This record gives sequence, C-alpha cells and structure tokens, in this order.
Amino acid sequence: MKYAYYPGCSLESGSAAYDVSVRAVADALGFELEELDDWNCCGATEYFTQNELVATSVIARNLAICREDQTQLVAPCAACFLNLKKTDQLMATHSHVKCQVNEALAAGGLHYDPGRVKVRHLLDLIYTDIGEAKLRQKAVKSLKGLRVAPYYGCQVVRPMNGFDNTEYPMKMDELFTWLGAEVVDYPVKAHCCGGHMTQISEDAAFELIRRLLDSAVEYQADLILCMCPMCQLNLDAYQGRVANHFNKNYQLPIIFFTQLLGVALGLDFQQLAIGKEIVPAGPVIQAKLSAQAAGASA
Amino acid sequence: MAERVGVYVCHCGSNIAGKVDVEEVAKWAGEHVKDVVVARDYKFMCSDLGQKMVEDDIKNEGLTRVVVAACSPHLHEKTFRRACKNGGLNPYLLEMTNIREHCSWVHKDTAAATEKAKALVSAAAERVKFQEPLEPTYVDVNPTTLVVGGGIAGLQATLELADAGYPVHLVERQPSIGGHMAQFDKTFPTLDCSACILTPKMSEAGQHENVTLHAYSELEEVSGSVGNFKVKIRQKARKVDFDLCTGCGVCVEKCPRKVVDTEFEAGMGNRKAIYMPFPQAVPRVPVLDTESCIWFERQRCGACQKLCPTNAINFEQEDELIELNVGNIIIATGWKPFDCHKIPQYGYGRLANVYTSLEFERLCNAAGPTNGKILLRDGKTVPKSVAIIHCVGSRDLNHNPYCSSVCCMASLKFAHLVTEKTGAEVHSFYIDIRTNQKDYEEFYQRLLDEGVHFVRGKVSEVTDAARSENERGKLIVQAEDTLIGRQQRFPVDMVILMGALEPQTDARELGLKCGISCSMAGFYTERHPKLDPVATMTDGVFVAGACQGPKDIPASVVQGAAAAARVAGMITKGKVMIEPVVAAIDEENCSGCRICNNLCPYNAIEYDAQRGVSHVITALCKGCGTCVSACPAEVISGAHFSNKQIYAEIEGALWDAIRPAGVPGESETAEVSAS
Repeated sequence: MKYAYYPGCSLESGSAAYDVSVRAVADALGFELEELDDWNCCGATEYFTQNELVATSVIARNLAICREDQTQLVAPCAACFLNLKKTDQLMATHSHVKCQVNEALAAGGLHYDPGRVKVRHLLDLIYTDIGEAKLRQKAVKSLKGLRVAPYYGCQVVRPMNGFDNTEYPMKMDELFTWLGAEVVDYPVKAHCCGGHMTQISEDAAFELIRRLLDSAVEYQADLILCMCPMCQLNLDAYQGRVANHFNKNYQLPIIFFTQLLGVALGLDFQQLAIGKEIVPAGPVIQAKLSAQAAGASA
Repeated sequence: MAERVGVYVCHCGSNIAGKVDVEEVAKWAGEHVKDVVVARDYKFMCSDLGQKMVEDDIKNEGLTRVVVAACSPHLHEKTFRRACKNGGLNPYLLEMTNIREHCSWVHKDTAAATEKAKALVSAAAERVKFQEPLEPTYVDVNPTTLVVGGGIAGLQATLELADAGYPVHLVERQPSIGGHMAQFDKTFPTLDCSACILTPKMSEAGQHENVTLHAYSELEEVSGSVGNFKVKIRQKARKVDFDLCTGCGVCVEKCPRKVVDTEFEAGMGNRKAIYMPFPQAVPRVPVLDTESCIWFERQRCGACQKLCPTNAINFEQEDELIELNVGNIIIATGWKPFDCHKIPQYGYGRLANVYTSLEFERLCNAAGPTNGKILLRDGKTVPKSVAIIHCVGSRDLNHNPYCSSVCCMASLKFAHLVTEKTGAEVHSFYIDIRTNQKDYEEFYQRLLDEGVHFVRGKVSEVTDAARSENERGKLIVQAEDTLIGRQQRFPVDMVILMGALEPQTDARELGLKCGISCSMAGFYTERHPKLDPVATMTDGVFVAGACQGPKDIPASVVQGAAAAARVAGMITKGKVMIEPVVAAIDEENCSGCRICNNLCPYNAIEYDAQRGVSHVITALCKGCGTCVSACPAEVISGAHFSNKQIYAEIEGALWDAIRPAGVPGESETAEVSAS
C-alpha cells in the first residue's frame, strides 16, 4: 500500500516525534508514505478566520500538486487533516468556491477537481486499511498492564471525519484494545484542549487542560495518547504550569498514538522518539510492561 | 370516419389562468389541432356548469372524444369521466392533461407556460383519438378480514369489524396481543392506567365469537387481490398445546431458568424460559423460548413437561402454516424504539442511570420490576433530580429528520410521575414543545404549575466527568439554554432519553408482501395524506396506527376505526369495481422470460410454470405500464396505454418539431427537419 504523505509544519518542528514515529510505524506495518513534493502550510486555524478564499486556495494547492497516481493523501496532524478535507468538500459542494479556487490555482498552472484526492487521517488508515487481523499479527509486544487514555480532541473527529463517531469516537480505543492495552473509556476524550487559547487567555486554556488531565487521572490512566500536535503540546508542555495554577500534582506522560503503537510493533524507544516529551513516558511504559511480564512469568 | 374531439381548457380561477393564457390555448387548439371540433375555456371546469358544458357538447356537437386540460387527473378524472358518461360517451374516451401542477404552478414565464400548455393539449388530443371504450369489471368481496398487528390500532380495527358482525383473523407476532400500550403505566393527558383501559379490549378480542386470534404468528405470504386474498400465516411453535393448556401457570412457576426479558420488560426485568409476557396476556397460553430452555440446551430438566397437569407441553411441536381466504387486509404493525446507543454522547449503555423511555415506563409500572417505584439501577436509591431529554434520534438529521410526535407528551407524563412519586427536581430539555391535540396544552400548563423546569436547548452530552464537588458522583447534562443564550451544566441522578419512534425493522419486507410502499423513513405510504389516510395504493390493503407514521394512542385508535369503517363499507357493498385500465399478456407469444414478473410494483404478474408463460392478475394491476415497456418481445399490451396511444401522445407533444410530410402549409418545416 502506498499513500501520499502530508507531514505539515508541526511535524517538522515541535512535534518531530510524531513524524519520526509515523514513519517508523509505516515501515513496520509495511505501507509506504511518499512525502508530497513541495507541500505548503495548511494555514492551521488562522487562515480561515482571515480570508476564506485565500485560505482555501492555499490549501487546495496541496491537493492540486498530488500526481495522478496519488489518490490518497494522509495527514497525521489534526488541523492539516481538517483543512485539507474541508477544502475538498467546500469545493465539491460549492461550485463558486471551486471556480474561484481554480482561478487562483491557474495562476500557478495548477487545477484541482474535488474528489480526485481522498484525504485520510492516519488513524483511519491504520484502523481501516491495516485492520485488526494484521495489527494483531504484527504486534510482537503486548501492551497488557498499561492503562491508556486515547485523546481525540476536536479537529480530527468533528465535524465530518468520515470514519468515526463525531461526538464519542472509539476507533483509537478499539485499536489499542486489540494491542492488549487497558483502554480507559473516560468521558472527555473528544473535548477541547484549548488550542491556541494558551496564547490568549491562560485562565481559559488552563481550565480546559485541567479537565482533561483530571479526568484521565480519575480513570487511573498511565498516559494519554494524542493524534494532534496541538493537543500533545498543550497537555505536555503546559502540564507543570496547570498543576501550579490549580495547586495539583500531575505526572501524566502525553505521547502520540503512533509512538505507543510502535512499542507494540517491537520498535525501541529511540526509533519512536520516546523521550522527546517533557513528562517522560519511557519509564512508565517500561515499568508497567515489565511488571506485567514479570507477573506473567511468575 | 374522423373522430370529433372537444377540448376544454380550465382557468382554475387564477391557478392556471394566472400564468397560462388559457383563451389562447383553447383558440389555438380549435384552429390547429386536427379533428378538434369544439375548443372552449372556462373559469372552473369542475363546477356543475363546466361539466354540463361537456355533456351538452357530446349530445349537441356529436363529440366522440373529450380532452380536459386542467388539474391532476388524481383530483378530477372521476368527475369528467362521469360527465362523459352522463353525456352518453364511454368514460374512457376522456383524456385529462395536467396544465396546473405540471405547468402553471411550476413555471414563471407566461409565454413559455402557454406554449407548454399547447403542447400538452396537443398531446392529449392526439392520444385520445386512439383510446378505446372500456368497461369495468366487478368481483365479490370475501367478508372475512385479516388484521396484522395486535397493538391498540389493530385491536380497535378488529373489534369494530367483529362487533359489526364480520369475521376477523388477528395476527400478532408476540406471544400476547396488546402491543406497546400494554407496557405503559399511565396514558396522557388524563393519566388513566394504561392496562385498565387496554385489557378489556384485549380480553374482548380474545373471546369474541367473530375473532380468530393467531398470537405468536407472522404473516408469511399474500397472494390474490382485493376481495379475495389468500394469505399464509406461520404459527410459531409455542411448544405448548394450545387446546390442552388451561393457563394455570405451573410450568412458568416451576421453570428454573431465569433470563432477562428484553421484550416486554425492555431489559428491566426477568422472565422464565417458559413464560407469559405479563399477567393479563391474551391468549393465556405460555410460550417456551427454546434459546434459553435447559431442555433444548442439554436435554435435561423438563420440569414443565413433568409437572403440567394437562400434559400440554410438547417439545416436538413445530411451526405450522395456516392458509386463509380474506377479502381485505389491515396492516397495523406499529413501531420500534430508536436504539439510543447510536447517540453515544448521551451515555446510554455506558452510564448506568441513563434510561430509555420504554425502560422508564417499566420502572413506573406497578406491575414492573420495581413495583412502580422509581429507583436508580442500584435498586434502592430514589433519584433526587431527573433530566428528561427530548428528540433523541428525532428531528435530528444524523438519525431521523421527522418529529416522533408522541415524545413531548410522554415526557410531560414522565415529569409528572417523577414529581408525584419521588418529589425529585425535573429538568426537561426540549427543542420545541409540541402539544397540539385536545387537552394536551392544558397538561403542559399543569406541569409548568407543578414546577418542572423546561430548558430550551439540545443537550450536547451527558457525562460523569465532574468539574466541581457538587457534580461529583452525578450525571452532568450539558446543554445550551437557548432562551438565555448560555451554556449550562445540570448535575442529576437520572437521565431519561425520549428515543424516536421508528418503523419496524421488517416493515419494508412486509410492505413488499402486501404490495404497499414505504416512505423514505420506512413508514407505510397512505393513498392520500389528507383525503385517504388509511387506504393504500393497493386496493383491499389498509394501514392503521404507528406503522403509517409516529402516532399516539388516540390517533392510532382513530385510524384503526377508520380502516375498519373502510373495510366494512367494502363488505357491505359486497362487490368491488376493478378498473379496466390494465395490462394483458399475449400468452401465445410470451417466451416466459419473467422480466415483467419482478418489475411489477404491485405483484400483479404471475408466472404459470406449467405452461411457461406469465399472466396478469387483472384485479391487482394498476395499469402503470411498466411491464408493457419492459417486455422484450412487445407482447404485453396495456388497455388505455397502448403503444399507439403513447406514440400519438409523443407526436402531439412535439407538434412544432415533428410534422408529417404532406400536411398542407407545413411542408417548409418538414423540409428543415428532414435536412
């Protein structure tokens, strides 16, 4: 299986661990990610609020530069996925948007017919295309003993992901259940992490982050799994300050779901960039999994 | 001899004349359409004077064909056929063309609409010349009726007919008749006990001399047509001999296997492997559920068989097929509840104290698992606060776009019961409160006076994620109160989800058997939504109750009675007219390919395996013409829609594009189109 790959800006900088683990997992599972040649920024959440036409055109460029044979484009970042998918749908359902965007693209000698490229999220790809049977077969290390809290956030699941329930997603829960982990069905798994609110109002953002951390702690999760760079950043990098703010004490590692998936596939921490996070995940994973292994052998 | 055609163009007040130049159309038809000898326009053709005009012209002008350009033939074809008949012309020599719904109502430009009206009139006039006089036939009506579904709608229909002296076969899928109403505690808006008003009807149906009850049975097959249907009913094996059983209940009492009752108790209570769904069940004969019976699991136990005083238990009993002849069929198969798991953010199945409305009915019911005490799932705690969520799966484009119609009133009833029985605080979350029947609004007022909080807003989620100490251990209902424009959180002990009413899972399948169709949502389609609400497009098949659309008890009873009245009318008349507009197969030339068999939407074509040919069941045929156009050998002809008639109609419609060569004054156009 071969997919066009759109890493997005975050995966080249702050969330390099996501990119590293995505590529490692792809190798281990035997699907090929071909990075899109000369891709540009998706505009995150900001472009759309400024000028929809400019935003749509800039994003559509990424779809337009997909070659004829690149019919499926994979974006691991939540914002990238949403923007690419939204643009494709906007062009498909609003003929004037399609015309205007194509007029803009024509300036660069490009053209895009909506529907030509199917925008996929990485979770969908692993869940659907790889599937349970192959994952079970490829998994060499059981995640038994590890209590994980899958965190979906907003942008991948809402409003139109096309692969999971938009209000109460379960696909990541299922995926890690296949791999032997104890998945905690905690109620805030699709609540907002605050996004860029940390830059605008710390009070508002910290409250949102606290709710997520509190719920995961209440359900006795060992770590939280993310599928969005923004979510991972907010929960990990701000964890200490949120703890101070509310006079709490969290020690909850926040990693990308591909990193733990890689562990199950037998990759070592370094190959998966485990250790790049601020609250260290390595020791927790190590401790829980070896305790389980010791218990099993004894 | 050339036909003498009369053309009548209706103004329909300003409905047609407001957009189509009707005078011009009539004038043009008189001058340009061949064989038209009279062409008139008139304010209201359907009025007595309009009809009289047609009658007089037939007599005085010697018309042999009539074209009326007006509204849809659905509305007034009968009127003008009668006018033709009164004038002495065979009614099938009339052709109506629709220049209202198909023309004036849907076009903006007067000139273009007028041109289209001309084309439609021309088409009708060309066609009508090839129409032939037809005579309807009549068949006898069997006075026995089949009612499918023993809920309140079916019961009402059954009793109306039985009391009128006509025999009825009542088929019910469940072990007992009674339907959903038997599960309810109280009924709105009067709050009278559901069982108290239902069970007399059930026992009456069970004992009525004119009613044959087929409980625990399903309709398997329907053939024949109005007046003379042949139906097959599958009597599912109860494993209990119906004639020997006295209903003493020893078998139920002694059965050691207890299972969760997902049907009658909606999963809230238990039953035995051999059971009667509820104490007032009719018939009072238990059913053995072979899925959970120990005997069927490992050939042990057999307590029921050993202890039955009349030896009525028969493990070898098999399904039985019963064939019946009936004249009419009433379908009253009811509804099924929406699966609340489909809205996971409301937590049903995940959060213990989230209930469906049917579960709550059982919880309130004095004969239910808690003897009518409203308790949380732990079986002992009385809730102090309850949230009721309306429109769960209704008025929701993700699930069902329609309004389930009964939930507002049912939720008011619940709010009252909670207040009365527990004194708990009730929050009711609604989109709109719909209480538009007699005494319903007054009931709403009463609940407002009782202090129930009504919050206008769609609930975004029900969660156990507490944000503060007062939320700890509670279910938190998050909703925007749209009247004050604020997001709010309501910590409560219990949540009731007012799930949508959905069509039965196999509604389409049953519809196919009976030749009736379903709406997009899956509810049966009535013949006319306003003027013929219980008849269907298949003569002799009627619908009543929630299978036709979500309905409360009063509305279901009305439809049950209405369907019975329609059937009684047919039986009293004794004969039913069969339209002569039907297809016929030339059996000499039929190859028996059976393409037409499956295409017929009314199951009106039967295959004769012995002779290897298909033939049309005249009484079922609606004359739609599907088979005529599909027959690869062109050996199916349609009375009133022959190929000749259709081709003439097409040529008439394209009068300005196709002109037969040699028509005087039009050779120029002919040359242009030829080159």
